[in-house]
Amino acid sequence: MKKVKEFIKYDEPVITIRDLYKSFGDLHILRGVNLDLYQGENLVVLGRSGTGKSVLIKIIVGLLQADSGLVEVLGHSLKDIPVKDLQALRLKVGFSFQSSALYDSMTVRENLEFPLVRVNRHLTRKEINTAVTTVLEAVDLLQSIDQMPSELSGGQRKRIGIARTLILQPQIMLYDEPTAGLDPITCIEINKLINEVQDRFKTSSIIITHDLACAKSVGDRIVMLLDGTFERQGNFNDIFDTDDPRVKPFRDYNFIE
Amino acid sequence: MISKTIDKYLVELAEIHRFVMRFFREVFVGPFEFKEIIRQCYEIGVKSLPLISLTGFIIGVVFTKQSRPSLADFGAQAMLPALIAIAVIRALAPLVTALIAAGKVGSQIGAELGSMKVSEQIEAMEVSGTNPFKFLVVSRVVATSIMIPVLMFYTAFVALMGAQMNIAQNEATTITVFFTEVFDAITFRDVFSSLIKSFVFGFTIGIVGCFQGYTSSKGTEGVGRAANWAVVMSMFLIFIEELLIVQILQLIPQ
Repeated sequence: MKKVKEFIKYDEPVITIRDLYKSFGDLHILRGVNLDLYQGENLVVLGRSGTGKSVLIKIIVGLLQADSGLVEVLGHSLKDIPVKDLQALRLKVGFSFQSSALYDSMTVRENLEFPLVRVNRHLTRKEINTAVTTVLEAVDLLQSIDQMPSELSGGQRKRIGIARTLILQPQIMLYDEPTAGLDPITCIEINKLINEVQDRFKTSSIIITHDLACAKSVGDRIVMLLDGTFERQGNFNDIFDTDDPRVKPFRDYNFIE
Repeated sequence: MISKTIDKYLVELAEIHRFVMRFFREVFVGPFEFKEIIRQCYEIGVKSLPLISLTGFIIGVVFTKQSRPSLADFGAQAMLPALIAIAVIRALAPLVTALIAAGKVGSQIGAELGSMKVSEQIEAMEVSGTNPFKFLVVSRVVATSIMIPVLMFYTAFVALMGAQMNIAQNEATTITVFFTEVFDAITFRDVFSSLIKSFVFGFTIGIVGCFQGYTSSKGTEGVGRAANWAVVMSMFLIFIEELLIVQILQLIPQ
């Protein structure tokens, strides 16, 4: 189990979600979701594929619109938020995509510079280089600075994807399946990186996963999405101390004692 | 069933309208992506040169060869440079350039944006403080609108060189005489109308390719579909526009 971090403030929510509903046609994905993400904590969202975990974090950054319900990010409600305010808010929320979503036609350096120079057009070359070097050192991939994304392994791509979000110094990090498709050793490295990001940058994070080793390693708190709502919340043992047939297979499959 | 098809068609039409209107809203408002526009101009213009050169030259040679017998019946081979000049400048150069660009550039834009869409790269831009529409769509449409007219002039030049080579072999006309007759035959109106046509064709190739790619879905199948439709729809629209622009320009008094 993960140690409790002193800097987590459980009385200061940075994301508040109440009665969130989202459907795609006749498919009701989220059915009354309630959630709080607190300052400095790593919150793991577990659930089966197709249960709406990624939909939830895409709603948080405004890539998808909720059908109804309240979503507040850093005190700003996303309902009818002007485009300019949404863009400003997104800069405080880093989004690490499942596919890493690196820009294929750019080198690692250009991938990292791309958001930075567009957000702050008055940076000097020296300041840009310093920012790029700092985040690459944070993900331990400074040596890959001039490589193309196609030359990187899956784990390296994930790290660069995380570095690209860190370069804007977000207050909140959203990780979409950070360990999906990676070997166990790389998964351990990514889990370690997520914890390092939390400790070093004091970010609050939501980690979407169905990898229990990842959940156990990085989660200060875990919630489980079942039938469109968070029925189970708590620490790792709280979640899996049950015979619920929707929950038990997770633990059995992952062979975790 | 029929009603569903009509609904789908109308929804797509509305989406295209929204997409084009968004382009016009964003093209004149900063910040501008000049570096990306120049990069796209290079990709579209310079990298199309070998294909355009070969095609333009062959068209010049073949058109001259095919036209000669008809003029020879009247003993009017001396009219060949004028005939070729008018045909190339007024119709062949804009149309051939646009059709080749629709195949090469349009499919490339559709496939590139389509794969960026399915691999979440466009969403990644959106959540990291970048306007992907401005960076990807506006820059490409501006680049095609600038470069297709430039390529059109180049195609016309290469086609005329091909024609000159063939005429020099058969009629022993010098290059000076050939180009004197060419410039005597064409008017400012011919050049201007071709310029307008090429600009419209360039805009069409860019916006159709971008629309297909930017709105693609259904994974890799969607990428293929975007590239395919970018070409098919561009080519179809180019012919319609050619017809309309010729009719409109004929209304303007000489």
